[in-house]
Amino acid sequence: MKTSEAPRLSVFKTYKLYVGGKFPRSESGRVYEVTDSKGGTWLANAPLASRKDARDAVVAARKAVPGWSGATAYNRGQVLYRVAEMLEGRREQFAREVADAEGLSKAKAAAQVDAAVDRWVWYAGWTDKIAQVVGGANPVAGPFFNLSTPEPTGVVAVLAPQESSFLGLVSVIAPVIATGNAAVVVASERAPLPALSLGEVLATSDLPGGVVNVLSGRTAEIAAPLAAHQDVNAIDLTGASAELAVELERAAADNVKRVRRPAVPGGAEDWTADPGTGRLTAWLETKTVWHPIGS
Amino acid sequence: MTSTHQKFAYAPAPESRAIVDLAPSYGLFIDGEFTEAADGTVFKTVSPSTEEVLAEVARAGEADVDRAVKAAGRAFTKWSALPGAERGKYLFRIARILQERSRELAVLESLDNGKPIRETRDFDLPTVAAHFFYYAGWADKLDYAGYGPNPRPLGVAGQIIPWNFPLLMLAWKIAPALATGNTVVLKPAETTPLSALFFADVCRQAGLPRGVVNILTGYGDAGAALVAHEGVAKVAFTGSTAVGKAIARTVAGTRKKVTLELGGKAANIVFDDAPIDQAVEGIVNGIFFNQGHVCCAGSRLLVQESVQDEVLDALKRRMSTLRVGDPLDKNTDIGAINSPEQLARITALAEAGEAEGAERWAPACELPESGYWFAPTLFTGVTQAHRIAREEIFGPVLSVLTFRTPAEAVEKANNTPYGLSAGIWTEKGSRILSVASKLRAGVVWANTFNKFDPTSPFGGYKESGHGREGGRHGLEGYLSEAAGPTSAHDGHLQALPGGEREGERDR
Repeated sequence: MKTSEAPRLSVFKTYKLYVGGKFPRSESGRVYEVTDSKGGTWLANAPLASRKDARDAVVAARKAVPGWSGATAYNRGQVLYRVAEMLEGRREQFAREVADAEGLSKAKAAAQVDAAVDRWVWYAGWTDKIAQVVGGANPVAGPFFNLSTPEPTGVVAVLAPQESSFLGLVSVIAPVIATGNAAVVVASERAPLPALSLGEVLATSDLPGGVVNVLSGRTAEIAAPLAAHQDVNAIDLTGASAELAVELERAAADNVKRVRRPAVPGGAEDWTADPGTGRLTAWLETKTVWHPIGS
Repeated sequence: MTSTHQKFAYAPAPESRAIVDLAPSYGLFIDGEFTEAADGTVFKTVSPSTEEVLAEVARAGEADVDRAVKAAGRAFTKWSALPGAERGKYLFRIARILQERSRELAVLESLDNGKPIRETRDFDLPTVAAHFFYYAGWADKLDYAGYGPNPRPLGVAGQIIPWNFPLLMLAWKIAPALATGNTVVLKPAETTPLSALFFADVCRQAGLPRGVVNILTGYGDAGAALVAHEGVAKVAFTGSTAVGKAIARTVAGTRKKVTLELGGKAANIVFDDAPIDQAVEGIVNGIFFNQGHVCCAGSRLLVQESVQDEVLDALKRRMSTLRVGDPLDKNTDIGAINSPEQLARITALAEAGEAEGAERWAPACELPESGYWFAPTLFTGVTQAHRIAREEIFGPVLSVLTFRTPAEAVEKANNTPYGLSAGIWTEKGSRILSVASKLRAGVVWANTFNKFDPTSPFGGYKESGHGREGGRHGLEGYLSEAAGPTSAHDGHLQALPGGEREGERDR
């Protein structure tokens, strides 16, 4: 057989949104050009999600809430751990995407991916412990059994950090879903490809469709309808600029959304730091049950 | 009696034992390797349902205990210094491998212990894996557990477990010990050594560093040597109250931390407003689960006088449907008694019950010819003075007492040196809570019984022991009370030396 002289032509991937467990294109039919961190080399076209895509994602997320929040904490922990297992097997792909997206060396990008895998493990362990740490019996002064337990708030819109395209992304998604919430995630505007690829991992990790929905496009354009949406319970403004954050927080007030303000505008936090529990408790309600003791 | 209360005819449905690959002999697991006992002694482990010899197992002596404790001591330095997240990942691996191999281990456990495959398959093994999964997650979260900042491990834990739930008791011991950074030397019971040795193989597959887990098969002498060894910083024991007291005496005056999970004589209290059918299921589960070889078994039924006849009629009908026989048959409800010694103890106490004047009843029940068996048995007319109301029988024998008022029920329930568990059956929530608050027992089940979960602490009051296993509380027994020296930050992003990822080293 004759070997071809020409080098093999690689197959490009069409990046799509991840909504309701499926991979649709934007209903708007729009895409935008994604380049590497230096802005020179074209990497791919990403879907430019519309307001309608955002609303569709909220519908998918809401549908997923009863099943996911009703699953046992143990089950959710196993699913999050399964995400870590699946990601571990695709470390090289993500390291490549992260290196391109963030202009990192191969080794530094790989470290980001490893840290992201470990972050899934960290939150997998929290699913069945957070209630024991933030809930408990209250010794009220009377003959009553009184117990406080945390419950998920519902649908959380998440603006992923703009710079840390993968470790930062995982660090904001995992705590939302660990406790039983569903998430609508707006990926980093400039570097959305790792986020869109994460959808492929989530889709094969026993995570029910709709628990995480990933949108790419203009953060401000997608975030506005999410912040104003009456069926969204909370919004994480991590990836918002200072100006956008204020605007969105104002819109979120309309149905009294739980709001997490960006610690640093755009989400340029140190994502390698100990994550603590703050991102878990931000999306929890506390329910206290009273029952009389007597006769 | 109508036909619906009779046993349905059925064909045997035995689980295949081909999934278990048993070797003719097994060594001790010390420092990551299987090894013979120093003096070469071995003993046989038999299947209690057939009396067939399953394998020969090395019998640990004092020299082996010393070797194992030293191996665990050497392993402690590196293991306790690992970032919690990395320790946790080893435990997650173990949990996943246990899930993968759960059918094999369930069959093995049924063979060696005699308990029904339905229980090993649906209860023991899933709970074992869940326990490791739960504590895996704690390894990097100890600062949040409420036991002070920067809690530190103790050192080498000497752990002794009973034969009634061999692998589950192993999980209760090893998972929290490893998560908190301790290393362990574990001695399984002499009648059920096999699943612990298979667990050693799970540790190998998980790439666990050598010496972190050591398994010593043997008898009480090995257990006593382990408790007394000066290299042991923590003793964890599950078993009889008599041995628990001996252990407490041995460690007196040392700095060893001790947790004891001992015997029980649980009251299962049925009020007149209880959902009777549900209560009867709970009574049956409470005393006949695992042949009654359960420290928290509901072995004293306290039934309100006004519903006594109704409850007893329903209970006897239900008991008549229980199937006793081949543990590997998926239809079996009650398997074999674990050993001839245990069978003799149960038989002697049941005879004492009759001799002291209680009325004995058992359903017509054909028992297999070989193996160790005891039919599900009920005693009525039992008083609080009877031995069968006071002593732990640890078999499928239920003593029935009556009461008139809630106060009398509480009084009788608490009239025991034990205090492990209790059950309450009533539709009235406020009564559940008031009775529960007065019971001197570590676990109280309301309108259910024998429920276990890795997140839920378990352990007794009074002579049922002290310390809790399971849940956040289960960490405490493996952590230092004093604020220890500050170690390297356990942040889970910390780079490991050589860029090598822990665990790939030992594979």
